[in-house]
Amino acid sequence: MVKQLSWKVGGQQGEGIDSAGEILSTALNRKGYYLYGYRHFSSRIKGGHSNTKIRISINPIRSISDELDILVAFDQETIDLNAHELIDGGVILADAKFNPIVPEGVNAQLLAVPFTKIAEEVGMSQMKNMVAVGASIALLGVPVDAFKEVIEERFAKKGQKVVDRNMKAISKGIEYVENEIGDMITKFRLESSDGQKRLYMIGNDAIALGAVAAGARLMAAYPITPSSEIMEYLIKTLPKFGGTVVQTEDELAAITMVIGANYGGVRALTASSGPGISLMTEAIGLAGMTETPAVIVNTQRGGPSTGLPTKQEQSDLMAMLYSTHGEIPKIVIAPSTAEECFYDTIQAFNLAEQYQCPVIILSDLALSLGKQTVEPLDYNRIEIRRGKLVSWDEDLPDLEYPELFQRYEITEDGVSRRSLPGQKGGLHHVTGIEHHPTGRPFENPVNRKKMMDKRLAKMKNGIDFENPVYLDAPHEDADLLIIGFGSTRGTIQEAKERSEAEGIKINHAHIRQIMPFPTEIVKNQMEKARKVLVVENNATGQLASLIKMNAGMAEKLVHYGKYDGNPFVPSEIYNQCKELLVHGHI
Amino acid sequence: MATFKDFRNKIKPNWCPGCGDYSVLAAMQRAFANAGLEPHEVAIVSGIGCSGRISGYFNAYGFHGVHGRSLPIAQGLKLANRDLTVVAAGGDGDGFAIGMAHTIHAIRRNVDITYIVMDNQVYGLTKGQTSPRSQKGFITKSTPYGSIESPIHPMEMALTAGAGFVAQAFSSDLKQLTGLIEAGIKHKGFSLINVFSPCVTYNKMNTYDFFKEHLVNLDEDSEYDPSNRHMAMQKLMENNALVTGLIYQNKEQPSYEEMIKGFKEEPLAKQDIMISEQDFNKLVAQFA
Repeated sequence: MVKQLSWKVGGQQGEGIDSAGEILSTALNRKGYYLYGYRHFSSRIKGGHSNTKIRISINPIRSISDELDILVAFDQETIDLNAHELIDGGVILADAKFNPIVPEGVNAQLLAVPFTKIAEEVGMSQMKNMVAVGASIALLGVPVDAFKEVIEERFAKKGQKVVDRNMKAISKGIEYVENEIGDMITKFRLESSDGQKRLYMIGNDAIALGAVAAGARLMAAYPITPSSEIMEYLIKTLPKFGGTVVQTEDELAAITMVIGANYGGVRALTASSGPGISLMTEAIGLAGMTETPAVIVNTQRGGPSTGLPTKQEQSDLMAMLYSTHGEIPKIVIAPSTAEECFYDTIQAFNLAEQYQCPVIILSDLALSLGKQTVEPLDYNRIEIRRGKLVSWDEDLPDLEYPELFQRYEITEDGVSRRSLPGQKGGLHHVTGIEHHPTGRPFENPVNRKKMMDKRLAKMKNGIDFENPVYLDAPHEDADLLIIGFGSTRGTIQEAKERSEAEGIKINHAHIRQIMPFPTEIVKNQMEKARKVLVVENNATGQLASLIKMNAGMAEKLVHYGKYDGNPFVPSEIYNQCKELLVHGHI
Repeated sequence: MATFKDFRNKIKPNWCPGCGDYSVLAAMQRAFANAGLEPHEVAIVSGIGCSGRISGYFNAYGFHGVHGRSLPIAQGLKLANRDLTVVAAGGDGDGFAIGMAHTIHAIRRNVDITYIVMDNQVYGLTKGQTSPRSQKGFITKSTPYGSIESPIHPMEMALTAGAGFVAQAFSSDLKQLTGLIEAGIKHKGFSLINVFSPCVTYNKMNTYDFFKEHLVNLDEDSEYDPSNRHMAMQKLMENNALVTGLIYQNKEQPSYEEMIKGFKEEPLAKQDIMISEQDFNKLVAQFA
């Protein structure tokens, strides 16, 4: 019996890899197991190696693992590419059809199961993935009843016959493995879980759900990997709430439509990845200059240019802070778990209206597409704050012609009252040109300085964002402080736990509010550590640079980057921690 | 009831004396009043360039955005508040060069807004370069040997893109222009009005005299049927598109707003945004 293990299924894209992973994990989630699933895929629809790795545990996990226990292979390529991850004595469940061979140097047990043949006997060769699910269940020792419900829900629309056939394929898979191995392989049987009800979602689902909960009613976006799930979810959901998604002609239209809708008083968002976000940068400046709220989700992927469209990277950090021309107030937040994706998205909409500025939710591919267990989401934590928005019920005093409403009135906190088109006493002008408090173009140097100072004053005293830094920092005199942002949180946590088991004192700070930068908190943590290791998925050390700019202490700071397209695994960070503490550098 | 004067403000436009845009401004103000609108019910969204400044010359809501993007801003605004009358306005560079994709897709999408292009066939604010509407051979600072690119034909383009309201006007004919803008506002769906609005400083080719000599007024053609798309295309081709009046209107085409699933009559901006606990639980259950 094991507390946790990792399972991977691989084959050619289009062979039902995703649905095999999906069905296994949905059923296990309902049984109360903690899961973390990560898809490895190519920028094509059919063909090309694809795999899904799922980690299953009875305890909370937020990271992929180094090792692999069970590999399900639909072709030899899957074995050749992935068998090296298997632990000694790991199992390969492979389709007997292609005469699988275990590569040299891999100490794994091969079970050739006639996936395709069984599927054909049951009715359709495509169901080989269900036979594979069955074969896996036999090894994991989980009861089959958990799968019945999932299969029924998934195939209900296709009729009872299809449901039955799929269930039969699963049962046959179980039967075959049980007959073959009997009680020979019991080491992968899972200990029983706590049976609690939890959610299982990708970061993009959580962002989209957060947007609905925040009252966002319009999304304008252009499809791009790895952000499209957000628009796909919202087009199914928003019509139930009177809203909609517009698939625009490009990202320039997406962001400007979002600005138009926010100007009109509707909470609106767009989501994209590097290439699309680059196109939006001029308009992000317009939102800053016109003090129009806008929420922009950037699900980072490998750059530059088209880069690695389906791979992990965190290399847009500096671009998100500085890429528009001129100087504007802007908020950049980076959730680090799917749960935070939900709550932070609600906060993003509040912040955008409270500070009347663009807010960027900085995610990354591993967070956006990695599927993870999420504790039940709390309705009572949904709070809507619209800042100085003039409500429709309010009677603004009539304006004396040709006077205008002072939309950009100079205030102490830099935020002015925001009237909406359609409100009689709220008439004002909006322009990207430097303007007068009424919004009229006005280039006078004194006014210019006043308006710049007003806009930038919004961020001067920090922002109303809870827990700008996630801290797991129990040590007053730590050997090491690890700093990261985004999806690396679970991986860092695991590396920290491994190191601490060896007596190394490690603190962990995960930066959730990137702009304005939480300098004091970070500085304070850095002071408590002998060395600081900044872990990020990029080559140039963007977060490390940002920390140096704001908190200084460059001498104790070491950057550890990974930019081969894959997320970190815990052992990589663990090894760097040891290296750094033993040799003083990595 | 508001009169056209209520839509004026006291700002002096930064246009050259004699610029056609003055008349477009006046025609819009008249059309708003004729349509029975109040200043706060109207929002003008404009692009960048000489004509882009027009949104600042109204006593109404105005949004002066970035170059080429007046249409998506206007569509976002209209979807947010369908009670508003939303008019996008800009120059031929804004609509047919940097913003061309938005023009075609706004036509396809058919959100109920009106788009007025002040077409002077040259770039004015940057001091005289060629535009996508400049004729071949047109000499400018950026085409000292004459333009060698073919001009865009916006009216034909709009017809092929599926526009439900296509009209063209000349800034000197204030009455016709006012009528067309009013009709465009009343049209349920996207309406495109291209206005020949001469640039007296940088375009010595497409002058007031040139248009007076060449334009054919469709209002004077009793045979012309603006509901006939085929006839519209033929008329444009016969006259090198130098026609004014309502070129084509399809009154049957539903607007985008009318076709959005679940979209209510009440403006989105006025609806309650707090989700109920019951709805929230239903959404969450999908991830269990």
